[in-house]
Amino acid sequence: MSSSEFLSHFLFTLISFALLLTLVGAVKRMLLWSQGQSSTIHWLGLLQIPRRYLVDLHHVVARDKYMSNTHVATAGGFVLSSILIILLYVFQLTLQILTWALLGSSLLMFIGSIFVMLRRRNPPPNLSLGKWQRLPKSLMVFSLSFFILTLPATGILPSDTGGWLLALLLVAGIIWGIGEMFCGMTWGGPMKHAFAGALHLGLHRRQERFGGQSTGLKAIDLSSKKLGVEKPIDFKWNQLLSFDACVECGRCENNCPAFAAGQPLNPKKLIQDMVIGMAGGDDAKFAGSPYPGIKVGTHKGGAIIPIVNVLVESETLWSCTTCRACVDACPMMIEHVDAIVDMRRFETMEKGQTPGKGSEILENLSATDNPNGFAPSTRMNWAADQNLTVFGHNEKKQQVTQADVLLWVGDAAFDMRNQRTLRAMIKLLRAAKVDFAVLGDAECDSGDLARRLGDEATFQRLANSNISTMNKYSFNTIVTADPHAFHCIKNEYGEFGGNYNVMHHTGFFAELVSQQKIKLDNSKELALTYHDPCYLGRYNGEYDAPRFLLESMGVKIKEMERSKSTARCCGGGGGAPVTDIPGKQRIPDMRMADVIETKAEIVAVACPGCSAMLEGVVEPRPEVKDIAELMLDALIEDTGEDMVGAQV
Amino acid sequence: MSNNNLSVISLVSLGEHPTSRRPRRAEQDARAIELGIKLVGDNLQTLHAGELSDDASQQTALRSYLGMGLAEIKLLEMPADADAVLVIADYLKQQKTDIILTGVRAENGESSGMLPYLLAEQLGMAMVTSIADILSIDEVNKQAEVLQALPRGQRRKLKVDLPFIASVDMAAALPRQSAFGPAMRGQFETTLGGTFTDEESSDWQIVDAKKRPKRLKIIKAKTAADRFKAATAKASGGGGKVVYGVEESAQAILDLLIEEGLI
Ligand code: SF4
Ligand code: SF4
Repeated sequence: MSSSEFLSHFLFTLISFALLLTLVGAVKRMLLWSQGQSSTIHWLGLLQIPRRYLVDLHHVVARDKYMSNTHVATAGGFVLSSILIILLYVFQLTLQILTWALLGSSLLMFIGSIFVMLRRRNPPPNLSLGKWQRLPKSLMVFSLSFFILTLPATGILPSDTGGWLLALLLVAGIIWGIGEMFCGMTWGGPMKHAFAGALHLGLHRRQERFGGQSTGLKAIDLSSKKLGVEKPIDFKWNQLLSFDACVECGRCENNCPAFAAGQPLNPKKLIQDMVIGMAGGDDAKFAGSPYPGIKVGTHKGGAIIPIVNVLVESETLWSCTTCRACVDACPMMIEHVDAIVDMRRFETMEKGQTPGKGSEILENLSATDNPNGFAPSTRMNWAADQNLTVFGHNEKKQQVTQADVLLWVGDAAFDMRNQRTLRAMIKLLRAAKVDFAVLGDAECDSGDLARRLGDEATFQRLANSNISTMNKYSFNTIVTADPHAFHCIKNEYGEFGGNYNVMHHTGFFAELVSQQKIKLDNSKELALTYHDPCYLGRYNGEYDAPRFLLESMGVKIKEMERSKSTARCCGGGGGAPVTDIPGKQRIPDMRMADVIETKAEIVAVACPGCSAMLEGVVEPRPEVKDIAELMLDALIEDTGEDMVGAQV
Repeated sequence: MSNNNLSVISLVSLGEHPTSRRPRRAEQDARAIELGIKLVGDNLQTLHAGELSDDASQQTALRSYLGMGLAEIKLLEMPADADAVLVIADYLKQQKTDIILTGVRAENGESSGMLPYLLAEQLGMAMVTSIADILSIDEVNKQAEVLQALPRGQRRKLKVDLPFIASVDMAAALPRQSAFGPAMRGQFETTLGGTFTDEESSDWQIVDAKKRPKRLKIIKAKTAADRFKAATAKASGGGGKVVYGVEESAQAILDLLIEEGLI
C-alpha cells in the first residue's frame, strides 16, 4: 500500500470516528442544557441561524474590524473546509472541483488563523489565555494539514510526495486538528462556542432581539414553588445553552462599569461560572480576568448546588447596574442582565438577603409606593404652585378623565434637584400648549427599582396598581422625564395588560421642536457634552432625539469617547446605589472623568438618576443640566396675547 | 445561642406605616421576632390575636412576619371589639412559656403600651421594659441576663428570673428582611380565642390626638459645634434631682408650672 492509499483509508476511519465522538459529545451537552426549566422552543429560529450569524452577530463583531475580518476568514474557511472534508473523505466523492475548493478554503482558514495568532501574541487583558492560547495553533494545524493533504490530489504535487514521513506528520496534524475542531466543539474545547453559539442564535430566548429590540425583563409566576434562580438547573434550558455560547472575548468585561470601578463583578467570568455550575467543577482553570478582589480558583459549583456564596459571591450579583453594556457588546447575544436579575430574585424573594439599604427601600415601596417612605399624600407637594390638572379630581370638583398627554412625574416628585427638571418640563409643555394632566397622588413608583432588586412581587403590585389607575382615563401619550419609568411602562407593563404609547420627554420635545411648536434660541455657544442614559439608549435605542434637541439650541456636542451604545453608565441603575457594593472607585466619578476629558463645561443629562449620580461628584466639575432645563433657558416665548395663555 | 428546651413566644400586632398609615409589620414586634430567632431559632412561637382580614394589605402585613422565616403564626381569632389582653392571657395560661416578647407599644389602635404590663399581671410574671437584647440564659438557675435600653444610648444589664415578659425596644437588633416567598408559603394556625369583650373601651370616647405643645428652645449657640450639641443633646434641665417624698414631688411640679408661667 502506498502512503496516499493508506491516508485515504485511514482518514475515512478517523474522520468518521471523530464525527461519531462529536455527536456523542453533542448529546451529552444537550443533556446538560435539558436540566434547565422548560421554555418555549423556537424551532423556526433554527432556520434563521445563518441570517442571524451573518447579520446580527457580525454587526456586533464588526465593531472590531480586525477581529471581524479575521473571524470571517477563519470561520468561513473552517465551515467550508469541514463540509468539503466530509464530502471528500467520508462520502468519498471524487470530484476534482471539491478538492480545489478544499485547497482554497483551508488556505483561507490558514490566513485567518495567522491573524488570530497575531492578535494573541500580546493578548489584551480581556482575552482569556489557557486553552484559548492553544486555539490559533490548532486552527493552523488543522488548515495546514488539510491544505498539504489536498495538494497532491489537485495534481499540483505528485502523489506520494514526502513519502511515509509526511503521511505520518499529516496523520498527527489531522488528529490534533479534528480533535480540537470537531470533538472539541462538543467536549468543552474553545470551539464549543461554534456549536452552542449556532444553536443559541437559533433558539434564543428573546427571538424579538433579531431585527428588533427586546430589553424588558420577563415576569415570573409569583405562586411558583421557588422564586428566581437558586441553582443552575433553575435557569431556563435556553439560558443554560446561551452560557455555553460564550467565546470569552471579554467585550462585556471591557464595557462593564462595575468591573472598571473595581467592584467584584466581571460579566465574562459570571457567564463562565454559570457554565461551571451547569457542568460541575471549579473555576481554577478560568484563564481570564478575575472578579476584582476575588481570587480565581476558590469557588466551585454544580448543577444542583446553590450558586450564591458557593460559586458566585452575592456581592458580584449586587454590583451590577443593569446598564446592559455587556449585553450590547456581546457578539454571542448572551443576556447577562436576565441571569443576574434571576439570581437576585431568589436572594430577595426567597432568602430576604438584599444588601445595603435594600430591605428598607423595599419595605418603603410596599408601604408608601415610593422608595424613601414619603407619605403618598405628599406626592404632589412639589407642584403646589404649578396649578396642574390632575386626573380624576381637581380643586373645583370637576372630573378630569381625558387629556392628550399623561405626564408621568415619577419619584422626582420627592427630590428637590429633579423637581427643577419637572418645572422646566411643565413650562415647556405649556409653551407648546400641550393638553396634559398628571395622576397626582394616585401615581406610584414605576417598579423599576423593586424589579431590579429582585422583588418581582412589589414590582407586579406597583405595575398593576399603576395600570389600573391609568386605565381609568383616556389619553394619547404618556410622557416622562424618567427613562426608567419610560422603559418599565413601555416594555414591561405589557405583560400585565398595560399597553400604552410612551415617550421620553426628549422624544416628545423633539417632535414639538420639529413641528415648530417650541422655538429655541440657537445662538447659544455652550461647551457641552451629552451623557446617554442606559435606559433610554441601550434599552430603547433613543440616541437621536436628545442630540437633535441640543443641536436645535445651536450646541455642537463634544461627544465623549464612550457615547451612544457604548456609553458608560452613571452608576445609578439596577439599585446599585442602594446595594452600594464597595469598589476601588465610584462609577459616577469615572463617568465625570469622561465628561471632563471632552473639556465640556456642561453635561446634559436626560434622566433624574443620572443627574443625581453626576451631581453627587465633588466639585469642581462641569455643571449637570437636564435637557429640559437647557431647553427652558433657550426657549423663545411667544409674544402678544399668547403669552398670557402660556403662563397660566 | 442554642436553648433547645427554652420556650419563647413572641406576640405580634399589625403595624402602621407612619406616613402612609398603611398596615405593615410593626417595627418593634419585628425586632422581638429577630431576638426570639436569635434565642431559639426555629423553635420560636409567634402569636397574633385578631382576625384574618380579607383586606389584602392587612394580610400582607401579617404575612411579612412569616417572611422572616417563620413556618407559622398562631392566630387567636377574636372579634374586633374583644380585649386582646384577656384573650392572649387566657391562651398563655395554658402554655408553659419561659420568655414572652412583645413590642413596647402598638403602632395603632390604643397604642397605650399597657399590654405587656397587663399580661404580666395576669400571668404573674416579671416584666422587663424596653430591652435591647437578651445576653444569656442560665437554664439551670432559671435566670436570664437582659440588656435594657435607656434613653440616650445608655444600657443597663439586669438579671431576671424566668419566666418573664419583655418588651423589645427600637434599640434592639434590626429585624431581618422579610422575603416574599416564605411570607406567602407560611401558615396561619387558627384557633378560636376565648370571648372576652373589652367592656371598658366601649364607653370610651375617641378623639383625635392633639399635637403636644413643644417647649420653645432658645439656642444661643455661637459656633457650629454648639449648634450641633444643642440640636442633638436632650434638654437635660441642669437642675434635675431625684425627689422622693410625695410632698416634695408635688412641690417640685408646682414650682415648675409656676416657673413656666402656666399657673
Ligand atoms: S449590566 Fe452593566 S454593570 Fe451589569 S454586568 Fe453588564 S456591563 Fe456590568
Ligand atoms: S459573554 Fe459575550 S461578550 Fe462576554 S466574553 Fe462571553 S461572548 Fe464575549
